[in-house]
Amino acid sequence: MARLTMVQALNLAMAEAMRENPNVLVLGQDVGQDEGVFRVTEGLLKEFGPDRCIDTPLAEAAIIGGGVGLAFTGFIPICELQFDGFSFQAFHQIENHVRRFRNRTRGRYTCPMVIRMPYGGGIRAIEHHSEAPEATYAHLAGLKVVIPSGPRNARALLRAAILDPDPVIFFEPKASYRAFREDVPDEPETMPIGRGVVTRPGTDVTLVSYGATLRTTLEAAEELADEHNVDAEVLDLLSVAPLDGALITQSVQKTGRAVVIHEAPRHCGVGAEVVARIVEDSLLYLEAPVKRITGFDTLIPYFSNELTYLPDSARIVQGALETVRF
Amino acid sequence: MPREPLKVPQRIESLSVLTADGRVDKSLEPDIDDADLGQLYKAMLMSRRLDERCLMLQRQGRMGTYGPSKGQEAASLGIAYALAPHDWLVPTFRETAALLYRGWPVHTWMLYWAGHEAGNGVPDGVNDLPICVPIASQCQYGMGIAWGCKLRKDGHVCATFCGDGGTSEGDFHEALNFAGVYNLPLVMVVQNNHWAISIPRSSQTASQTIAQKAIAYGFDGVQVDGNDILGVTVAAREAIEKARTGGGPTLIEAVTYRLSMHTTADDPKKYRKEEEVKVWEERDPLLRFRSYLRKKKLLTAKVEKDMEEEVTAKLAEAVAKYEQIEADPTAFLRHMYADMTPELQAQMAELKAHLGNTAESASAPTEPTQVG
Repeated sequence: MARLTMVQALNLAMAEAMRENPNVLVLGQDVGQDEGVFRVTEGLLKEFGPDRCIDTPLAEAAIIGGGVGLAFTGFIPICELQFDGFSFQAFHQIENHVRRFRNRTRGRYTCPMVIRMPYGGGIRAIEHHSEAPEATYAHLAGLKVVIPSGPRNARALLRAAILDPDPVIFFEPKASYRAFREDVPDEPETMPIGRGVVTRPGTDVTLVSYGATLRTTLEAAEELADEHNVDAEVLDLLSVAPLDGALITQSVQKTGRAVVIHEAPRHCGVGAEVVARIVEDSLLYLEAPVKRITGFDTLIPYFSNELTYLPDSARIVQGALETVRF
Repeated sequence: MPREPLKVPQRIESLSVLTADGRVDKSLEPDIDDADLGQLYKAMLMSRRLDERCLMLQRQGRMGTYGPSKGQEAASLGIAYALAPHDWLVPTFRETAALLYRGWPVHTWMLYWAGHEAGNGVPDGVNDLPICVPIASQCQYGMGIAWGCKLRKDGHVCATFCGDGGTSEGDFHEALNFAGVYNLPLVMVVQNNHWAISIPRSSQTASQTIAQKAIAYGFDGVQVDGNDILGVTVAAREAIEKARTGGGPTLIEAVTYRLSMHTTADDPKKYRKEEEVKVWEERDPLLRFRSYLRKKKLLTAKVEKDMEEEVTAKLAEAVAKYEQIEADPTAFLRHMYADMTPELQAQMAELKAHLGNTAESASAPTEPTQVG
């Protein structure tokens, strides 16, 4: 057991997979000599050499499209995109090829690859470095979209993503990269993709979140308990595609109330899908309308003002209280 | 010293072996045995007749939009001929002759254009990719395949195709750049057929040739007469041998012409002159190859008649086969992931129930809906 940051835990998952399977490769800009701009690939070039930890020229579409070809020749590429905001320069490769090959060739050609990228706000970065585009990718059938919230689940989920036979978009909440440490077991562990977890059991209201806002949501849940006598249950989705509908149903049918929290814009966000599931499966259990506490339907403002945009504990507490007191 | 022309080490050549009237430059004539020449001609003829049949089927409403490769058969076929079976071939959708030569069943080709995923049924034993529709995006995975071959040190090479229009796309340039940086066993073939739907080659790029674009990426380019099966074979053999032995990528510009429409949804009379088409009809790769083979006494009237009959029979067989396909209407849900998600399982049940209900209620025959 070691106390690791998320950066260290992600690094561990890649190093373990690369040791176990010579077909696992890491490629991207600055992943080798520089060890990644966030140091997530630290030590990989040294241990595995330049044919397995590959510094590439600066071209997102070639990193992803090249990864597709590498997958066809039996490799399992872990492609790093330096920031989510630049993933759109590879978007056509992901949409046109990564997600489609299994279906259109009925399994003859597949893309067992992981596309990692830091995402989300909160680190005072310049523009195009703080977006939360998970819903854009979650809408594309054929992809799995995974978002860890802490070091331990980051390691387990990245391992699961590398082992997964289908392409996985792996969003790393960069605000959580070094924000806290957790005990991470020495032995490799995986968590199932497509399954969320109950992070804090409760009875009065279900708070659904993921990524960096999971911690903010947990803080809000403590404040609700301490100051308002509201016992909130917190769900961490971990995967936004597939979504753990059963977990949401189970919790909401118990509490009768739900608030969905994410930093991405509200319109057609993951929250919209969560609310739709609740309406479809649990309408008659609801005691109050479901609320969404999210980013706004705008660009995320420049960093001097980003905290205004990102959901904070006070907005979550307020939303939960409105739901509980409805 | 302050100002002088830079010397770049890359070489750009132009290559042609067989003239339009079937005469050959003996010094460049490739060594191809007679049986192979016969097989190549048969593949070219099959590709041409297949196009003609598919256009007819499309007009009759028995096939969807079709993209013929008439006039471009030699440009892809020479490459396919020079590849080993375990090498990789990454096509667009105008490499019909190449894929037929590689062993793709004719009815599989028809199934694609008839709207069935089974048309992507790559035959066992060849490392081919299915058709790629989004322009030049296949250059990236073609490059990635070559990368994989290099990392595996398996001696395989990857031939990847795009068109002259595709050379304007970023993917083309990114892929060639990576191929140059990593010295990959990639043979990048541009079928310069002079027209990207309505945009002529002259409006696509200010470069004098497409072959010269290789210079920017640090490897050699060759412009070959793409209607000359012998010339394409020579260029392909050299590029493939170079790639296989660690010499890195080559850009082959095969200069050819789209004698027919872009697809059946297009009328080329709107944007190009008949006179231009006539000039290129005289350079038809099939007629040119035929004239060469006749001079070599490999193609007699009897052989041609037999070959046409064989092709006609194979086409009839393929049409019967593709029209009899009974596709599972729910298969598209099953193949989205290795294992179906709970959502897809629920949607499958929903769809099957709906299809079951529809089947029960469809007791009276109805007229097919006409569109447009």
